[in-house]
Amino acid sequence: MQTIVALLTGVIFSLGLIISGMVNPAKVIGFLNLAGQWDPSLALVMAGGIATATPLFMWAKRRQKTLLTHEKMALPTSTIIDRPLIGGSLLFGIGWGLAGICPGPGLVAMAMGESKAFIFVIAMLSGMFVFRLLPK
Amino acid sequence: MQIDWLQFTPWSALLGGALIGLASGLLALLTGKIAGISGILGGLLNAQSDMQWRAAFLLGLILTPLFWMAFKTPADIQITANTPTLIIAGLLVGLGTRYGNGCTSGHGICGLSRFSIRSLAAVASFMNAGFITVLLTHHLF
Repeated sequence: MQTIVALLTGVIFSLGLIISGMVNPAKVIGFLNLAGQWDPSLALVMAGGIATATPLFMWAKRRQKTLLTHEKMALPTSTIIDRPLIGGSLLFGIGWGLAGICPGPGLVAMAMGESKAFIFVIAMLSGMFVFRLLPK
Repeated sequence: MQIDWLQFTPWSALLGGALIGLASGLLALLTGKIAGISGILGGLLNAQSDMQWRAAFLLGLILTPLFWMAFKTPADIQITANTPTLIIAGLLVGLGTRYGNGCTSGHGICGLSRFSIRSLAAVASFMNAGFITVLLTHHLF
């Protein structure tokens, strides 16, 4: 059951990335480019996403068990803001700004047959692999 | 700041965003999992025990564009970065999201929707790093 929900939510998530235009790196750069001709679309994607996800997460947080799989509800609870969180996020932001691609849209653009996205995804997976080898 | 009215797509952005939020919220409510793409990928690479839902989510994510292209016109995708830049960017995104424990989906959508202070700090960090990077690459160099 968990697998089916994951598959279906993966499909909805992917449709969201395509419809929102976030699968287009030029649109992401257009948002990050505050000093140029600014495209605010990404802010509305975030707003729309947070607006629909918030009530569902609030419901989830109140529950002891997951609604469908009846397992212990174990959403993240950490509130620690540490060096890996900030440093890692800064590195991610630099990479995001360089190419305009984050993990989800990278995968979707690659699946659409975009060879440049394929190069990005291979490099991204390599980066994740390097992380495993480095000291934490 | 000048708004680029020709590129700005408010309705499709809101609709697409709402679908992303719906998917993330449903996955959390129904199964307790976080729809963070970097976390899902990282978990698969680590060969963690809960591989099945991760693989299924990614399958849905990757198959949808194929169906989309079979029935609709391909999405507009413009990547201006050259190959060396793409490689450096990919490495930074891969490494950074694992160190920082999340990306635009995990921290941005899921984290902010459950009012996580950790995710707020992460989003502020990667957004500002992105703004500054584009400022440097598009306006100074």
